[in-house]
Amino acid sequence: MNAVTRIGNVTPKVRLRFPPFSVTGLAGTSFKHEHLQVIVGQGKHDGFFEVHAENYMGAGGPPHRALEKIRTDHPVSIHGVCMSIGGQEPLDAAHLERFRALVARYEPALVSEHLAWSTHESTYFNDLLPLPYTKATLVRVADHIDQVQDTIGRSILLENPSTYMAFSESTMSETDFLRVLVRRSGCGLLLDVNNVFVSATNQGYSAVDYLAEFPMSHVGEIHLAGHAEQTDDEGDPLLIDSHDRKVADLVWALFESVAARCGPVPTLVEWDSSIPEWPALRAEAEAAQAILDRHAPDISGSANADH
Amino acid sequence: MQTTDLIGKPADAAPSYPAVLAPGLTDPEYKTPAGVIGPNGKSAVKRYNVYRNNVTVSLIDALAAVFPATQRITGVEFFRAMARFYVRAIPPRSPLLFEYGREFPEFIERYEYARPMPYLADTARIERAWLDAYHAADELALAAQNLALIPPKSIADVVFVAHSATRIVRSQFPALSIFVANRGEGPVECIETFIPEDTLVTRPDQQVIVRRLPPGGAEFLTQLLMGQSFGDAAARALETSPDFDLERNVAGMIEAGVFASFRAGGPP
Repeated sequence: MNAVTRIGNVTPKVRLRFPPFSVTGLAGTSFKHEHLQVIVGQGKHDGFFEVHAENYMGAGGPPHRALEKIRTDHPVSIHGVCMSIGGQEPLDAAHLERFRALVARYEPALVSEHLAWSTHESTYFNDLLPLPYTKATLVRVADHIDQVQDTIGRSILLENPSTYMAFSESTMSETDFLRVLVRRSGCGLLLDVNNVFVSATNQGYSAVDYLAEFPMSHVGEIHLAGHAEQTDDEGDPLLIDSHDRKVADLVWALFESVAARCGPVPTLVEWDSSIPEWPALRAEAEAAQAILDRHAPDISGSANADH
Repeated sequence: MQTTDLIGKPADAAPSYPAVLAPGLTDPEYKTPAGVIGPNGKSAVKRYNVYRNNVTVSLIDALAAVFPATQRITGVEFFRAMARFYVRAIPPRSPLLFEYGREFPEFIERYEYARPMPYLADTARIERAWLDAYHAADELALAAQNLALIPPKSIADVVFVAHSATRIVRSQFPALSIFVANRGEGPVECIETFIPEDTLVTRPDQQVIVRRLPPGGAEFLTQLLMGQSFGDAAARALETSPDFDLERNVAGMIEAGVFASFRAGGPP
């Protein structure tokens, strides 16, 4: 598939072909430009990097040089943040085309997006906003996923959101919503364990129960991240999905239980603000790797399907 | 016809949740939308405010990332207050945040509290141009040896094609000196003389280059970038700046990578 062939007469810079690295059973980290020199200096390691798709949608320049460098030695996950798959309006055709081109250019091991919306009437809100879970939203989200998958020519992983509120009009649980979406669209799931913990705390349900209901056999990637704590109107904890600190102990414990059920699913530690030095970020991924390794070898063969 | 449309809607058509949630996200006057709830009958005021805060703060952060020197000049508190007004007035139309803030320099010019800093808008223009150059398409700049191929008698008619990274910012203020002094982390020395500065921003390879244009240089390059012939552009530059030095300007424009190519001019 990745055999070296002569492709057209475009300049070499835009027709790089990358090694088809596998991400199975690997832990990875968010890729931050400030870490590039250290990462390159240390050479290859067993890990993968995830980038936010939109940061590489400029026409050219240093961001592309950095991603080319990283992609040459490591598997990469392209994580879309702005597709507004959960929105009511048609997907932005120009944005979808940029997304397609990026996936074609970097041949990522994983491609994902969010169950959320971020654009309404051409205003971009730069946040992952929630949607009610109803039959009507399910149909529309499934259509949007179909459109993305048809355009890029491969299936995507859809991430469960962190939420702070709910809608009175919702008629389905999030796990039911995701289960039907997977069946209708053929997409996979990106299980963000921190989001599960954050949402469960904020919405007053049990994270363990949520995970018991989660369609684990469709999970193609796991996310871990740190969260901050505020309080709601009643003075109870309201957790914020802040990605600015270490993964919480209770999230590690949930991850351990997920790893035991899922086997060697690629797992990413996200860190997007108050970014630490590379060794500290990599140490979080190594902690995830140790858990993956502990559960990988035998259990994956004997685990039962989840539904 | 309208009646038919209403009747024709499926019974379970979702109310427009984005239309319900969106207005209050950048407008503090709105109350928590109806239909938004907390668990077990809990209030959703602070819950909805988390989204409001995420939207506004992340967009202010995005502006601070595009305009770091502007923020350093005004101080963080001033900048964030000004940026908050901008975010509410002109939220992004594109999900690509490195495109955000195109109207920010004009907004600064109109912003009452920024009036004591009349150079601020031009400094912001250089920062916006810098980021455009950073993300511009990868393209080879025109090399001096290619220029040497033009026969001397046809040089006046030659028309140059801009490199995609090239930007020019003209200022009545020493905007470039102010940009340079405030872009880094180092100490800022007082800028004593208020001389107008024209700035050229290019990226012939991977590094953005910011340099001051000599007298007549901005006029010369602006004419060339608009598609005027080499001869006409040079004449225009001399007209506006009698001390315009053609040789020096041509050497500078090649070295900085202002252009990607050229074509023989003359009437089409």
